Amino acid sequence: MTIIDVDHDILAKRDVLISRLEQILPSDCLLCHEDQLRPYEADAQTMHKQTPMAVVLPETTEQVSATLALCNELGIKVVPRGAGTGLSGGALPLADGVLIGLAKFNNIVDIDYDNRCVVAQPGVTNLAISDAVRDDGYYYAPDPSSQIACTIGGNVAENSGGVHCLKYGLTTNNVLGVEMVLMTGEVVRFGGKHLDADGYDLLGVITGSEGLLGVITEVTVRILPEPETVRALLLGFNSCEDAGACVGAVIAEGIIPAGMEIMDRLTIDAVEDYCHPGYPDAEAVLIVELDGPAAEVDYLIERVTALAEENSATSISTSQSEEERLRFWQGRKAAFPAVAQLRPDYYCMDGTIPRGKLPEVLARMSEMAAEKDLLVANVFHAGDGNLHPLILYDANVPGEMAKAEELGAEILKLCVAVGGVLTGEHGVGTEKRDLMPEMFSEADLEHQQRVKCAFDPEGYLNPGKVFPTLHRCAELGRMHIHRGQVPFPDLPRF
Amino acid sequence: MTETLQPQTPDQLLEVIAWANAENATLNVRGFGTKLGLGEAVEASHMLDMSTFSGIVNYEPEELVLTLGSATPMAELENLLAENRQMLAFEPQDWGWALGRESASGTIGGAMMVSSNGPRRFKAGAARDHLLGLKAVSGRGEAFAAGGRVVKNVTGYDLSKLMAGSYGTLAAATELTLKVLPAPEKTYTLLVYGLDVEPAMALMRALANTPYDVSGLAYVAAHTASLSSVSYVRDRQMSVLGARIEGLQISVHHRLQALKEMLTGAQEIDELRTHNSVAFWQEVRDIKLLPNLAGDVLWRVSAPPSAAASIVAQCQPDHWVADWAGGLIWLHYDRADAGQAEVVRTSVQAGGQAMLVRAPDDLRNAIPVFQPLPQGLATLNRRVKENYDPNGVLNPGRMGV
Ligand SMILES: Cc1cc2nc3c(=O)[nH]c(=O)nc-3n(C[C@H](O)[C@H](O)[C@H](O)COP(=O)(O)OP(=O)(O)OC[C@H]3O[C@@H](n4cnc5c(N)ncnc54)[C@H](O)[C@@H]3O)c2cc1C
Repeated sequence: MTIIDVDHDILAKRDVLISRLEQILPSDCLLCHEDQLRPYEADAQTMHKQTPMAVVLPETTEQVSATLALCNELGIKVVPRGAGTGLSGGALPLADGVLIGLAKFNNIVDIDYDNRCVVAQPGVTNLAISDAVRDDGYYYAPDPSSQIACTIGGNVAENSGGVHCLKYGLTTNNVLGVEMVLMTGEVVRFGGKHLDADGYDLLGVITGSEGLLGVITEVTVRILPEPETVRALLLGFNSCEDAGACVGAVIAEGIIPAGMEIMDRLTIDAVEDYCHPGYPDAEAVLIVELDGPAAEVDYLIERVTALAEENSATSISTSQSEEERLRFWQGRKAAFPAVAQLRPDYYCMDGTIPRGKLPEVLARMSEMAAEKDLLVANVFHAGDGNLHPLILYDANVPGEMAKAEELGAEILKLCVAVGGVLTGEHGVGTEKRDLMPEMFSEADLEHQQRVKCAFDPEGYLNPGKVFPTLHRCAELGRMHIHRGQVPFPDLPRF
Repeated sequence: MTETLQPQTPDQLLEVIAWANAENATLNVRGFGTKLGLGEAVEASHMLDMSTFSGIVNYEPEELVLTLGSATPMAELENLLAENRQMLAFEPQDWGWALGRESASGTIGGAMMVSSNGPRRFKAGAARDHLLGLKAVSGRGEAFAAGGRVVKNVTGYDLSKLMAGSYGTLAAATELTLKVLPAPEKTYTLLVYGLDVEPAMALMRALANTPYDVSGLAYVAAHTASLSSVSYVRDRQMSVLGARIEGLQISVHHRLQALKEMLTGAQEIDELRTHNSVAFWQEVRDIKLLPNLAGDVLWRVSAPPSAAASIVAQCQPDHWVADWAGGLIWLHYDRADAGQAEVVRTSVQAGGQAMLVRAPDDLRNAIPVFQPLPQGLATLNRRVKENYDPNGVLNPGRMGV
């Protein structure tokens, strides 16, 4: 796949670029040799790889600013990168671009319990934020499965989710502020420790903007007091459809659990082999986690148990201890690596559908996989309809990767066709870029790009991601004006 | 008088905005016009009346999603949700009292566009957090859709966030898709009387930091409390701190008990059960606890909760209410005074913003209604406006960008 055409004039400027970068960065902050660049050639979407002209690993906002200003001056494209755990190719380098990695921005700047927030540099991992406040009884709610490795900057750029977003929201609902360096080198702060937006809600569009608007150099997130009690139910079902019906019944009762996760037979078997969590022998497993005051949790456990019985659960167990709860989750947390044992490669999809469409989508998906002679393991954030079909393939078998990609695209189109979306938490990146027209009209996409034009009119930041067609901002700005018609004669006016 | 144009279909809306661009007309966008007093005054050649875009398009309570016309009356929406034991968790404020209009007379689009965030905001998020998608016509005269109909969605840029709180200056929305949530079974409020400002603010922050899911934290000074319609709040002639606990009956009891145990025992306390509780939080939400007098001044200040006591001390309002555990302060002055605005604006300089809600015309016209933005941010705001509405057709000047 071509991300974007390579500009050979820019490649020819490589030496100038490097010598100018050497002037603004300490030597250990600049990587230019082929073997140094190799580790940065892809994020966790490894189907496509590319090394950049140089990797910059700045340590201060001033260095980020100087690097961007330089690239802006030389007309060189820049791709930001956190930990490179992204699953949609968002941090895939450009052959004629600079990769700017934020790994060295790994300090927590301020822990402020009075205002219930943490200020962190963007390279701090998601888990490190919770770790920093856990002893005092707090945590940061969005918890992507990659939380040991992924960075808070990457989380903001992707608007990442996790198993607890059903109750506590995605990153966007938990970010209070960011500091960002624009392509010109200018440093701008958005939001802070107060709650209302200053002017337009630019923080809202920065979150999930996939590195196309600026480089985030500081993040302020809201933290929450840890719940008094957390308990989970592990439910077995004869089919994913039954498990899905149970999820619907719980929500229809007015209960919003902390998390609801379904795994199908293939996944259950894979995790049993991989880490033996002791799941029931069932076609589908549903984990329901409830948190809050003990009295409430105990009561809800009873209600959910009753609903599970009504919805033909074949087995019901309730965690009686923290160890047992963690064991229930162990299999879910290991689902991706466990499934990875089944075939040499897997391809993780991320569509969201209206919950009620689950049976229809599951049935269609298994037909489509059968037609392609591929296996699909299913893991879903069932409470919010976010599916993670894992397509198993072997990249060494000629044609299989292409088949997996085709099946992935068909599954995502199906999600859109039933009223859902292409991606629930992993982002568009390069991977789903060309599928965007399935969901959005040309005008819709142009209106999204207008945000980009406000921040980065030259389009140097992370081009080739998110948008299938890159319009020049000048062209997008043009208006088609028809003067002199008699306007809307039938319109009511008073 | 300004001519009002009332498009009947999205296509007609498109024509109107395209026409305005061609003819250098400007449009003052309104639902029912109940919030025209918020933000900077708009001088436009025409009114754009959006009231036709009304009604429920699709409501699936079990999916927790509702799609509706942007001019659907708030009252109609709230009735529908109540019938289904659901709610808008951001608890949209009714601006009727504050702006001297009838209450419960606005539209959902208006509430969204001015980001009407009620007392639950510090826990459950703002209007923007509950807008999943929309259909609109931008100031360029082009129709577009943004977002989707599911909660978990990161496909493309989150324009819903940009539109929420944009005061109709970027686009005129015809249809909104909202996230709705189950309504709580019970709503109780713990009242703590007689605390001074500093200890009250500290207690609110401490309560917000408990695991008891406190969903409202407000403080009313003694002479302001005397304006309440709830006798428990009005009659003790003391300041009142309210802590709201919502949810299942069994859980509400437990949590209320836990909060009481946190208190030293020295304070006088009481509790409001569901009916009184709802009444009290409506007063807080709609700022009915503050007077509305001819010639008075009302400010809305959003700042870090830890700054609340100092802001109040600096500003010396005649009446005031703190909400959002101290993160939102309503300052009321009986009359405008030279230097007042300067003091209020300076009090939030370290972080936060002060918006002038109500004031005599000469004051309103003399100072910016919104907190002036730092230069870099101001430039970006202006560029966003220029990208969506290059000719300044929609609500010119309303946000002051
Ligand atoms: C095993 C596994 C499990 C996962 N589980 C989940 C999950 O449960 N939920 C979920 O949402 N995601 C999940 N992910 C995806 C991924 O971890 C998230 O998208 C994460 O937020 C990426 O963070 P990162 O630091 O690795 O960012 P990267 O992959 O390095 O970058 C991601 C994007 O953000 C941009 N970016 C990064 N840092 C900055 C910055 N400072 N300023 C501007 N732009 C920046 C990049 O340009 C790129 O577009 C998973 C990934 C793996 C490998």
